[in-house]
Amino acid sequence: MSAIQAEGSRLWHLRRKVANSLMWIVAVLCVLAAILPLVLVLYYVIAQGASGINLDFFTQLPKPVGEPGGGMANAIVGSLILVGLASLVGLPIGILGGIYLAEFGNNRFGWTVRFLADVLNGVPSIVVGIFIWAMVVVPTHRLSGMAGGAALGVMMIPTVMRTTEELVRLVPMSLREASLSLGATHWRTVLKVVLVAAKGGVVTGILLAVSRIAGEAAPLLLTAGSTSFWSTRIDQPMPSLPVQIFTYAIQPYEDWQRQAWAAALVLVSLVFVLSVAARYATRGRFRMVR
Amino acid sequence: MVRTSTILAQRGAGQPEARATKIAVERLNFYYGRFHALKNVNLTIRERQITALIGPSGCGKSTFLRALNRMNDIIEGARTEGEVRLDGEDIYNREVDVVALRRRVGMVFQRPNPFPMSVFENVAYGPRIHGLAGGSDLEDLVEESLKRAALWDEVKDKLRNSAFALSGGQQQRLCIGRVLAVDPEVVLMDEPCSALDPLSTLRIEELMHELQQQYTIVIVTHNMQQAARVSQETGFFLHGELVEFGSSTMIFTDPTDKRTEDYITGRFG
Repeated sequence: MSAIQAEGSRLWHLRRKVANSLMWIVAVLCVLAAILPLVLVLYYVIAQGASGINLDFFTQLPKPVGEPGGGMANAIVGSLILVGLASLVGLPIGILGGIYLAEFGNNRFGWTVRFLADVLNGVPSIVVGIFIWAMVVVPTHRLSGMAGGAALGVMMIPTVMRTTEELVRLVPMSLREASLSLGATHWRTVLKVVLVAAKGGVVTGILLAVSRIAGEAAPLLLTAGSTSFWSTRIDQPMPSLPVQIFTYAIQPYEDWQRQAWAAALVLVSLVFVLSVAARYATRGRFRMVR
Repeated sequence: MVRTSTILAQRGAGQPEARATKIAVERLNFYYGRFHALKNVNLTIRERQITALIGPSGCGKSTFLRALNRMNDIIEGARTEGEVRLDGEDIYNREVDVVALRRRVGMVFQRPNPFPMSVFENVAYGPRIHGLAGGSDLEDLVEESLKRAALWDEVKDKLRNSAFALSGGQQQRLCIGRVLAVDPEVVLMDEPCSALDPLSTLRIEELMHELQQQYTIVIVTHNMQQAARVSQETGFFLHGELVEFGSSTMIFTDPTDKRTEDYITGRFG
């Protein structure tokens, strides 16, 4: 008997094997439990929503109760405008703020901003809605696309800021040094080298933020409101898919509920298409080899 | 040190002819916070030749190199005292523009660090920030720089490809070409071959030999054979002090200081 097969080793060996297999099974079960809701949600949205999808849904305005047909063209366009407005607010502030935190934020002020960003990230969306309602809707005396965009934009800031910071930090110091040693300023280095190197990750952060706000209904109820008509003016109430889903789903009319499911399917698809498109547009031709 | 002296004999190195002073370092002290990393270093770097800096890890030779183009400025809590005169002008003077300084004193790093861009854009980066050239002039400048870095023939058909697709040795020559593109006077090299295989190392050494006709080169290296092969003058650093400085022939065959002798004969380090 060799040294590595000491007395009683067979039993220990068996125990280890059993424990190993058990933990493997538990881990796999947890993974399944994690994906199951996602698969079910997708399945349910497709199963319920597919029947309501047709050309009219994308081109027609909503019809009054009782009239068949109609679509949500205004809400689809409205959602796109709102996400666009939110990006105008959230992306510059979030990205530049993230760069600041990563490059210059090793001080008390940086620490405070980081802490506040994390707190803001955890603030319920309805609270952001009330805040913008008080800051924008009350002074201007009307619900508007502008207010909706501002609310969603505020929600984007912490996510974009923190992911940008993390990814900019990951860029190796040697790249910064190479640029600085060529006589580039710190700002130019960040813009032309560091951001380019961190691009993929920063885009992922932006997508996460966009996906999150695209589905928000609560803050929009208080800020953008809704309308059944075309509305592309940002100083007027603006319909959106999430608010439309909310309004339609709680009605007792069967065709409205079907419309709500269809809207949910369109919303999910929009976010999906947006992700794929952004990934494609920024795909890494110059990927770092690590 | 039989091998090193053989190398020197093969190269036919005698006493280097005295060239004009390019950089004069006087009473240079450097601190990382409370750590005294460079202690009263005095050293003269002559133009259009190669000066090698050797010494064990942590002896301050890289810190010294980075003091020559103020790359230590970006380290938090670092403090520099003394003078570093480039063509007679103190680079630590308050009125010196660091951007202009670093254009004149370029740097090549230990690991090849190309930017996440195409081969062409890597070389064009420096000229662009200094507004040196545009359009077809820029293309000519990139070609010229890559030729000087002995890389042009290997990459002329892949200028638009990612720089990461090149081999390690090619990447390092690209980094050298990137520095040459801004037309520096001094090129600092911080262990430029330590991440490369022997063949790539040989190519870089040949390249350095070419470049010294036109540029002042300072190289930090762990490889004493390399220092003996390429340099005219060598400085030996230990614990932040410049122990000995002189012609490479002298340092590697007949060092004055006991500590230098112990180091080059491999008794420590």
